[in-house]
Amino acid sequence: MSITIPIGPQHPALKEPISLRMTIDGEVIKDADIRLGYNHRGVEKLFEGKTYIQNIYVAERICGICSHSHTTCYVNGVEKLSGLEIPKRAAYIRVLIAELERIHSHLLWLGVAGHEAGFDSFFMYTWRDREIVMDILEEISGNRVHYAINTIGGVRRDIDETQKTKILNHLKVLRERTQYYKNLGTNEPSFVARLSGVGKLSREDAIALCAVGPTLRASGVDMDVRKDDPYNCYEEIPFEVCTSDTCDVLGRTVVRINEVLQSYDIIEYVLKNLPAGDVRVKAPRKVPEGETVSRYEAPRGENIHYIKSNGTDKPERLKVRAPTLGNYPATVAMLKNGFIADIPLIFAAIDPCICCAERMAEIQDVKTGSTEIKTFDELKKYSKKFDKHTEHKKDVEWPL
Amino acid sequence: MIEKIIKWSRLKSPWILHLNTGGCNACDIEILAALMPRFDVERVGILLKATPRHADVLICTGPITRQTKDRITRVYQQMPEPKFVIAVGACAMSGCVYRGSYNVLGGIDQLIPVDMYIPGCPVRPDAVIDGVVKLLTKLEKS
Repeated sequence: MSITIPIGPQHPALKEPISLRMTIDGEVIKDADIRLGYNHRGVEKLFEGKTYIQNIYVAERICGICSHSHTTCYVNGVEKLSGLEIPKRAAYIRVLIAELERIHSHLLWLGVAGHEAGFDSFFMYTWRDREIVMDILEEISGNRVHYAINTIGGVRRDIDETQKTKILNHLKVLRERTQYYKNLGTNEPSFVARLSGVGKLSREDAIALCAVGPTLRASGVDMDVRKDDPYNCYEEIPFEVCTSDTCDVLGRTVVRINEVLQSYDIIEYVLKNLPAGDVRVKAPRKVPEGETVSRYEAPRGENIHYIKSNGTDKPERLKVRAPTLGNYPATVAMLKNGFIADIPLIFAAIDPCICCAERMAEIQDVKTGSTEIKTFDELKKYSKKFDKHTEHKKDVEWPL
Repeated sequence: MIEKIIKWSRLKSPWILHLNTGGCNACDIEILAALMPRFDVERVGILLKATPRHADVLICTGPITRQTKDRITRVYQQMPEPKFVIAVGACAMSGCVYRGSYNVLGGIDQLIPVDMYIPGCPVRPDAVIDGVVKLLTKLEKS
């Protein structure tokens, strides 16, 4: 007999609201169903009502962990549309922030993986070191999480010599500690035993299910947008794409630790070879008519922004495909035939960022089980119709 | 006498429940950072609990989305009395950049009573600690 266990939307293993339904037989998971939409804020619709400059700040708030990924992806796309060439110094600073973000995101993930595996000291260690990265980011941009460094035509803040030395000093400490975690994470017998063989995803499945980022690279597929389709001067910067062929959670851990070590090299290269010059060029308010797709390698995988412009100062359509959404089908495959105790570990191993992924326009009828994909116009009509039935507090004015 | 002990223990060790009601994750990681080695609120007795039935303080981040609306009410109802709500971040206070979106209903106070607001986008971990301490001082006086 099979039983269905609901997990979430509020659950201690999940930091964000998502609902998982597991059909189990004894201890073994037979089927998994991921239900989304708790975090849907209608960001794509908001983009249409705001100017290109205002949209940078909305794009930043798609996700708090990969905020720089979304703004860079968006800003690169807008610059491509308007034919702007950004100064080289600005591109280098973007790379610097991007790599710092990758380090903080991966350290955060390592901690969470340790926590889910029952290795809480590891959790505390990595989060302690993550604070160093947050300090560097605060030093450069003035804020810990939403850096707001990007603007159309370049970056908003420059780096001076004192900041450079400070960052390099911090990096020395970080590198030493990361090396220690690498030894610990790959040699500590109980930790390795807990992670290896959990959440298997074969190379063929990873490709067929369109997995992205470290999940894909841990299945032995050598794919990284930074190498395959370089943006922001990545073609000039020497680095390696880290892969692993163990196809399990251990592999994903190793890939992420190696990527952090690669990021240190990139940051050192960027700081030592930072070209002189301006950090931004003046950008026109209106963007010429056209459409473009912008790709970016976020910490969690490939991030895609599609931008359509109609010649005004507001975009006509902006579509975001966040990396976590690309990893959901693979997660279901990983969960199948696993154990209940492995659910948090497997789910955490894709580094889910639910707020990133919540812009889907899929409506599922629970009674019939049928799924329909709504087109954007249909959804617009639906949302207008829905709005009439909403109860708002009467004294509240909606300024927008 | 018993009431005195209860009040003392409530002030000395408030148990909190963190609920993301549709925010962007930034406030959530800052709240987590407040529990981590650098800020470490656990040393002063503030514990993050897994279930609403154990919690005294509900910490909400993010605006209310249509989908989470019913869940927030349910989580709030499950908490034992007396219960307190802290709205963390600009979204939980008013909706921030998401204001006016078809799926966002505004700040947390549209749905449940809020005792303390902590502004910031996102809030800093020190601000979270400051907010919790201010809430406790308010309780002490009551």
